[in-house]
Amino acid sequence: MTAASDVSSHAIARARWRPAEIAFWILALSCAFLFPSRYLIMTDILRLALFTLSLDLILGYAGIVSLGHAAFFGVGAYSAGLLALHGIINEPVIALVVAGLVAMVLGFLTSFLVIRGVDLTRLMVTLGIALLLEALAERFSNITGGTDGLQGIEMQPILGLFAFDMFGKTGFFYSLIVLFLLFLLARRIVNSPFGLSLRAIKNNPLRASAIGVPVNRRLIAIYTIAAFYAGIAGALFTQTTALASLDVFAFERSADLMLVLVIGGTGYLYGGLIGAVVFKMLQELFQTITPQYWLFWIGLVLVVMVLVGRERIHRWVLWGPNLVSRQLFGRKAVMAVPESDAP
Amino acid sequence: MTTLFTILFDGVAYGMLLFVLACGLAVTLGLMNFVNLAHGAFAMTGGYICAVLVNSSGWPFFAALPLAFVTAALIGVALERTLYRHLYTRSHLDQVLFTIGLTFMSVAAVDYIMGSSRIFIKLPAALEGQFDFFGVGIGRYRLMIIVICGLLTVALQLILAKTRFGSRLRAAVDDPRAASGLGINVPQVFAFTFAFGCGLAGLGGALSAEILGLDPYFPLKFMIYFLIVVTVGGSSSITGPFLASLLLGIGDVAGKYYVPKMGPFVIYTIMIVILIWRPNGLFGRAAAR
Repeated sequence: MTAASDVSSHAIARARWRPAEIAFWILALSCAFLFPSRYLIMTDILRLALFTLSLDLILGYAGIVSLGHAAFFGVGAYSAGLLALHGIINEPVIALVVAGLVAMVLGFLTSFLVIRGVDLTRLMVTLGIALLLEALAERFSNITGGTDGLQGIEMQPILGLFAFDMFGKTGFFYSLIVLFLLFLLARRIVNSPFGLSLRAIKNNPLRASAIGVPVNRRLIAIYTIAAFYAGIAGALFTQTTALASLDVFAFERSADLMLVLVIGGTGYLYGGLIGAVVFKMLQELFQTITPQYWLFWIGLVLVVMVLVGRERIHRWVLWGPNLVSRQLFGRKAVMAVPESDAP
Repeated sequence: MTTLFTILFDGVAYGMLLFVLACGLAVTLGLMNFVNLAHGAFAMTGGYICAVLVNSSGWPFFAALPLAFVTAALIGVALERTLYRHLYTRSHLDQVLFTIGLTFMSVAAVDYIMGSSRIFIKLPAALEGQFDFFGVGIGRYRLMIIVICGLLTVALQLILAKTRFGSRLRAAVDDPRAASGLGINVPQVFAFTFAFGCGLAGLGGALSAEILGLDPYFPLKFMIYFLIVVTVGGSSSITGPFLASLLLGIGDVAGKYYVPKMGPFVIYTIMIVILIWRPNGLFGRAAAR
């Protein structure tokens, strides 16, 4: 009994909202008013953040390495685009959910392939599925528009009230609200007993199954949920840019996604959000220095991060904020720490 | 009937080429359990070295080929000693991130130095064109590829199976701890093997410029093909990847000829099905390490 109550009190303590987290979201909201001329790039960051959140769910919590997460992003993007283009569902919010569900179904079906085998097989299978979908989208170019992408998508106002404007203001708030709601859901999921069991699986699948965790079923469940998140991110992409082209499935998208998550740190949900901000800023910076060869610098960042060690970098980065929050809110109120550093 | 033979011939040439390109990866990934997605970058290096030597410096094609091998091998051993070595024990995620980073860097660097357009190597006149063999059109260049790659395959098989170094390598792969206990210098064996694999990739890159096309995005475009060869072929011997590359080569050429619209769809489907059916590859060992 005591062990069980220990676990639950630990989980409840982890699930409590920290001051730093509240500050984070207030900061995110205030960005809308601080930089009113940069809605488009901020929307871009929010979409990427949501997409990375999705990868964090499977990689950071369940330990599934995926090189083809763009598959779900792409399916969500094309679903939202096709729904809007043919006027099947005109209401963006419902279309968003439907696109997410389509990706979710695909995630459920492919999860059976992914949970088999070791890391390497998983890498290959996820990569293969993404490439397969890209080839399919190219093959059926009469539906997807081929390399030109879907043309002439016109979005209806959200809930019939808020029309998408030229400056991306509506799109930004729409994305922010979607991200926040899905973040709350993800937070609930990872702090639930279900989330705890996922961590057990990540740390040691054999031991997890020995204490009675149904490993495969849990992995299928989280993979399906992550696919839903990625689908929503893809649908947001189409809805806010009125565009869907073949590159939504591109390998670079999946690889960049990994970089984003690794920059932010895995296994504490905020990693994706922080990583997305840092990544987009880096990208802007590199693109202004060397417009054509920014790929080189992104690659260098990856190499250096791995060589120095991801955990070490995150400790350095979090040292400052942790110090401040300790001074302000007392010892216990440290910033979220990446999973690998957590005691 | 003759088209069938031409397809078979082209497919075999393509498959042989893939094997030379990927067999270094079969060792690092299959045997040393290191996910090296940057393998294509070594192939690209070899290809560009050969192109520069032949086109700009006027070297004969056959003299440039060994140099492509040597340069790629030297770069390989330098990287292995300085960077890769530290990552053997790290998680697959770290290895993937690191090698993707290297690939991105190589793509951008080659783009910067050589420009982004596709590059061609001037071939000696003897290798151009094709001749008829009982009505089947045989490309001279492809015939040369089959000869070179066939010889290399036989040599590799002999080295692995018959020489002292081959048995050291097999021992080091099977159980590094026991092997080093027996006095085998495991890191040295791995470094040498890694360099040799990179050299073969460089040679393959130089040979493939004519058939696969050489541009800065080569490592990304063909990464999946190399991985297919290794994962489908399994890692127990060199025959597995060899048969897998022949299968892949013939399948790809035939697929492009008979169902051009389906493109790479066929290959990916076959790969996924095989991986589901036998996660350790068609010719793999039962126990994954």
